[in-house]
Amino acid sequence: MPNKITFFITAILALTAAICAMRLRNPVHCALSAALAFAGLAAVYLELDAQFVAFAQLLVYVGAISILALFAVLLTRGMEVGPGAAIASRSWLTGIAIAIATLAVIAGPIYASSISFNLPTDSVVAPVHSIGQDLMSRYLLPLETIGLMLTAALIGAAVIASPDLITKTARHKAPAREPQKAEPILASTT
Amino acid sequence: MSAIDQLFITLKHWMVSFVPPSLQPIASVLFSIIAIIALFGSCFALTTILERKGLGRIQNRYGPNRVGPFGLLQPMADAIKMLTKEDIVPAAADKVLHYLAPIVLTVPIWLAFSVIPFGRNMSAIDFDAGIIFFFAVGASSELAVFMAGWSSHNKYSLIGAMRAIAQMVSYEVPLVLSTIPVIMLAGSLNLSDIVAAQSAETAGICHWNILTPWGLAGFFLFLIAAAAESNRSPFDLPEGESEIIAGYLTEYSGFKYALFFLGEYLGLFAVTGLGVTLFLGGWNPPLTDLGFVPSWLWFFAKFATLIAVFIWVRGTVPRLRFDQLLNFAWKFLVPLTLVNIFVAAVWHLATRIPTSARWLVCFGIILVTYQSLGRALNIGRTASRYYRYAQ
Repeated sequence: MPNKITFFITAILALTAAICAMRLRNPVHCALSAALAFAGLAAVYLELDAQFVAFAQLLVYVGAISILALFAVLLTRGMEVGPGAAIASRSWLTGIAIAIATLAVIAGPIYASSISFNLPTDSVVAPVHSIGQDLMSRYLLPLETIGLMLTAALIGAAVIASPDLITKTARHKAPAREPQKAEPILASTT
Repeated sequence: MSAIDQLFITLKHWMVSFVPPSLQPIASVLFSIIAIIALFGSCFALTTILERKGLGRIQNRYGPNRVGPFGLLQPMADAIKMLTKEDIVPAAADKVLHYLAPIVLTVPIWLAFSVIPFGRNMSAIDFDAGIIFFFAVGASSELAVFMAGWSSHNKYSLIGAMRAIAQMVSYEVPLVLSTIPVIMLAGSLNLSDIVAAQSAETAGICHWNILTPWGLAGFFLFLIAAAAESNRSPFDLPEGESEIIAGYLTEYSGFKYALFFLGEYLGLFAVTGLGVTLFLGGWNPPLTDLGFVPSWLWFFAKFATLIAVFIWVRGTVPRLRFDQLLNFAWKFLVPLTLVNIFVAAVWHLATRIPTSARWLVCFGIILVTYQSLGRALNIGRTASRYYRYAQ
């Protein structure tokens, strides 16, 4: 069945890219592999007929978040792993145990919830029109909350990156005032 | 007349009928792909020569006129040159990324052509969320710019790539925001629906979106943001020769450079096609009496006019400096696009007052915002003239 073949191809591509994002030495290669993993995920969404989610995933993750990750990698040079150092950390067993525990915490409630009992038999068609209407009626509170959070993040980022804040704090800490005695002397001689 | 209008569709169906039925969907898509590549490839060749001749005439000189009559075979000479040039890769460059960057740039841009309706029933794929697909593949090209700049292992390439990415990301916001009034009032993200919504007509004049105040403002905002997105003058700081040699393209020679060049022009064609679809009524004629002219001919006439406008702007306006570039995007274009959305809503809901009053109110809001923003942002910038010998 062509659906299964394309799904396996895209799934293997996404998984390989995700593994490369963990295992490669060069951080820029890792970030680009992560972008490829996001694109693979978008392809999986497309196969599930969720067009809006797939394109939004491409637009947000590949178009913005990958670039953010790349800028972060570039601005923090010196974090590259040297040619002789090992990629895997020494406490890899503990890491795997924590990962399995997290998976259990996430997967447990999902399996116990009502979704796993009555899975939809045919693919759910969610045209953009119905997504828009649901966002404005049923999911209005989450939408507004997310909007508020994004605004707070934007303002916070602008404040942190603002040069005025840095110079103001510097000036506050070290008030250097020049002596202003020059003018009265000149005034007295005229 | 609709026979000529649907000529290419019937041609494609006839060719697909020769293929066994199990392979027919693939064959149909394949024929669309071949048609798009052939058409926009030759458009690219034609645009390079027309641009150079157009720019030449604006600058009071002939363009290329040696190769062929009026220099029209210049693209052939360019192609032969690009193909036979030595492909130099810097020794310290990241070879894999250096090789992949032009490919990663060009492939998503070809994808963007698949949703644009070139004529009645003539879009390659009819996505429900077509516009978002277009912007998503446009966003993927920024990664390629970064790959090009970083893999060249050259600080000027990296600076050029950073500037290019900052510019593209900044101008994506007004680009998408300026299309929101169109989507809002057409009620659909599907590009064919948007064109169909512009087929309505009063008194023989079709309802192109540009004939409304929000459409007019949105069209110009879209054009400016589109020029910036495809790194086109006056926004070509990342690749201006006097600024940074060639920015992220410095270490590319021969066919890879040709691929970057191709990718940039294809990006221009894609956003121009989108602009024609969203604002100029797609394949609709301006007057319904002219409906006998095939729809694809109207599309390409508008398309050619917009490309000519881009070439004209390139030859006329000087380049923006980097801080001017980003200030222009965030402080001027984004507020104007947000006001445009508001004005589109006002236009749509105020249907009981006569059209001239609606135009006055809506255009007045946009004009007031434009003037006040322009003047407010210019306050500290114009230095007062100090005449040293004329005090």
